[in-house]
Amino acid sequence: MEINNNQLLRFTTAGSVDDGKSTLIGRLLYDSKSIFEDQLESIEATSQKKGHDGVDLALFTDGLRDEREQGITIDVAYRYFTTPKRKFIIADTPGHIQYTRNMVTGASTANAAIILIDARHGVIEQTKRHSYIASLLQIPHVIVCINKMDLVDYKEEVFNDIVSQYEAILSKMTMKDIRFIPISALKGDNVVNRSENMNWYNGAPLLHTLESLHISSDINKIDARFPVQTVIRPQSKEFIDYRGYAGRLESGILRVGDEVAVLPSGFCSKIKSIDTLTGSLNEAFAPMSVSIQLEDDIDISRGDMIVREKNRPEKTQEFDAMLCWLGDTPYQERTKFVIRHTSNEQTAMIREITYKMDINSLERLDDDKNIAMNDICRVKIKTAAPLMIDEYRDNRFTGSFILVNPNTNETVAAGMII
Amino acid sequence: MEKYYLNYLDELESEAIFVLREVAAQFKNPVILFSGGKDSILVTHLARKAFYPAKFPFALMHVDTGHNFPETIQFRDELIASLGARLIVGSVQESIDDGRVQEEKGKFATRNALQITTLLDAIEHNKVDCAIGGGRRDEEKARAKERFFSHRDDFGQWDPKNQRPELWNLFNGKHFEGEHFRAFPISNWTEMDVWNYIARENIAIPSIYFAHQRDVIWRNNSWIPDSEFLIKDDSEKVVNKKIRFRTLGDITITGGIESDADTLEKIVMEVSAMRQTERGNRSDDKRSENAMEDRKKQGYF
Repeated sequence: MEINNNQLLRFTTAGSVDDGKSTLIGRLLYDSKSIFEDQLESIEATSQKKGHDGVDLALFTDGLRDEREQGITIDVAYRYFTTPKRKFIIADTPGHIQYTRNMVTGASTANAAIILIDARHGVIEQTKRHSYIASLLQIPHVIVCINKMDLVDYKEEVFNDIVSQYEAILSKMTMKDIRFIPISALKGDNVVNRSENMNWYNGAPLLHTLESLHISSDINKIDARFPVQTVIRPQSKEFIDYRGYAGRLESGILRVGDEVAVLPSGFCSKIKSIDTLTGSLNEAFAPMSVSIQLEDDIDISRGDMIVREKNRPEKTQEFDAMLCWLGDTPYQERTKFVIRHTSNEQTAMIREITYKMDINSLERLDDDKNIAMNDICRVKIKTAAPLMIDEYRDNRFTGSFILVNPNTNETVAAGMII
Repeated sequence: MEKYYLNYLDELESEAIFVLREVAAQFKNPVILFSGGKDSILVTHLARKAFYPAKFPFALMHVDTGHNFPETIQFRDELIASLGARLIVGSVQESIDDGRVQEEKGKFATRNALQITTLLDAIEHNKVDCAIGGGRRDEEKARAKERFFSHRDDFGQWDPKNQRPELWNLFNGKHFEGEHFRAFPISNWTEMDVWNYIARENIAIPSIYFAHQRDVIWRNNSWIPDSEFLIKDDSEKVVNKKIRFRTLGDITITGGIESDADTLEKIVMEVSAMRQTERGNRSDDKRSENAMEDRKKQGYF
C-alpha cells in the first residue's frame, strides 16, 4: 500500500498553565481535527461540571488524577496529531520551577521548542529559564509565541516590545533558528488559522510554521557514528558464519565498501554488508536501525562504535560537560556513578564543579558547589575507561550522557559534552 | 541531501527496533506480552526485524482470561509455531481456582481487573525482568505519561509521579532483584500509524479485525459479541450484524462497530475517518475517569 513520505516533527512546549500552554495544545489538536468525539464529550461534561463557559480546551491535556484535581502538569505527557503535511509529537512539559528536569527530558529529543510568553507580562524569569534550557539542549528551532494578544487589544507595539525584550536575553544563548508569532490560543488567532485581528503580522500562523520547518538537516549527516547495541550471531545452518553488529546510525552515512575503524580498539576493516529483514542495502543513514557486517573478524561487542577511518570521535577519559541534576537527593562528593554514553557504560566521577548556573539571572555562580535537583552546572568528568565522544553542539547523541547512581539505580543527572 | 531522511513510519520503525535491541541487551529474561491484538502482533513483527537473521529472542507471554475469541487463540498458536518461539500462558482461570482472585459478579462482571494478579504472578514465577508491551501513548491519558522503559517496584506497581527521566536515547533499565521493567517500543505510534504500517508490511492479523457476520447484543453503545461467557438480561436481544473489532480484549467487554471494511486498505480508510477513539468501545475504560490510571498503578499492562 502507498504510504505518504511525510516527516515526523517532535516539539516541546514550555510555559505554565497561566501562559495558556494547555489551551494552546488543546487549540492545535481541536482546530487540526485531532480530537475524537468521545474525548470531546468527556471534556464537555467536565467543563460543565466545573462551571466553565463552553469547552475548556485546556482539559484535553489533563492526565493523571492529581493533575486534574490540582490543575497542574506533573510529568511530561506526549500528544500526537497529524496534518496532511506532517506527523507531530508534542512533549507537553510542566512549567513550574521544580519540574525543570521534565523540560530537559522533553527538550532532549525535540526538533523544535515553543516558548510561550503572556503578552501582558512580557519576558519574565520563567521565559529566561525555558529559553536557556532550549539553548542548552540545542533544540534546532525555537518558536516564541506571544500569547493572549486578545487581552492587549492585538497591539503591534506590545508584540514588538516583547520581541526586543527577548532579543536582549538572547546574547547569553546560542539559538540557531528563532521566530516570533503573536497568537491568542483562547480565541484561535494565528494558531491554525491566520488572525484577522492582526493584519500587521505578515508571518505564518503557528501550525503552518511547524509544518514547514526544515528539519532534514537537523541530523548531523557528516560524522558517521554507529554505536553497537548488540551482536547478531544466528549460528544456524543457513547463516553459519553470520556476524552482524546491530545498532542505529546516530549520525552520518555509511556505505558498503567504506573503510571503517572500530573503537575503542582502533582496528580497521571495510563494510561488507548492511542488512535488514527486508533485504540488504548499499547505504544507511541516520537514524536507521540496521545490522552491519565487516570484512574482517574483529572482536566487537556492545558499547563499541563503528566510525569512518578518517573521521573519528575523540577517545578520552576526561572531558568538560554541562550537567543538569535530576535526582531527588543532592550530589554527594566522590560518588562513583555509572555513566551511560551511547551503548557504552563505564564508571565515572565528577572531578570538579567549575561553576553553577543561576538560570533565572543567567549568571555564573563560581563559589556555589552544592548541586541539587534542577541545578545546572559545568563540571569536569573522569571515567574509568575511555569514551568515544563528540561535542554536544556537533552531535546530540555522541555528545550526551546520563549518570546513574549505582546504589539506587536512579538516573540522577544528564550531561552535554563541551 | 534531501534524499537522506526517513518518513515518519520508517522513523517510528527504527525507534521501535532500537528500543527492542536495548531490551535484549539490558535484560536477562525479557518476554513480549502477547494478547493476540494488533499492537502485540506489531511488536512481535518488529522484534523479528530487530534480530534478523538470528532466532527470535523473546518468549511470548499470554495472560489468558479464559474468555477469548476462538479466532485469537488459533492465530496465536500459528504465530508461535512460525516464529519457533516459546509460549508462556498465565491463566486467570487458574488464579480463580487457586483462590488468588475472586470473580466479579453480575451482568457487567469482567475478568479484566483479575488479569493484574495473574500477570504479576506469571512475571514473578517465570523470573521475567522485562515485559515488553504494545501500549501506546495515544491510547489513553494515563498511558500518555509512560516511558519507553518503565520501572515497576517489587509489588509490580507503577508510580507515575516518580518516574525515571528518559533523555535522548539513553534508557536506564537498572533494577534490583524482584523488580521488573515494562518496555513500550511503539509508545509513539498512533492507531492510524499502526494500521498504515500493518497495511504497508502486509502483517497477518486475526480475522475479527475484518468485517464479518456475528451474533451480537447492543450494550454500552457498542456491539458486544454473544458468547457462552456473556450474561444477558431479557431486554438484550441477540442480533446478527456485519461488524469488526477495533481493539481486542476479553470477549465479554470488547465492543465491535458496524463496518464493511474487509480488507486492510478499507480498514485504513475507515480508521482515518473515525470520530471515536478505539478504546471508546472498551467498557473496561468506561468505569471511571481514572479507570486506566488506577489499574496501571497496580501493575496492569
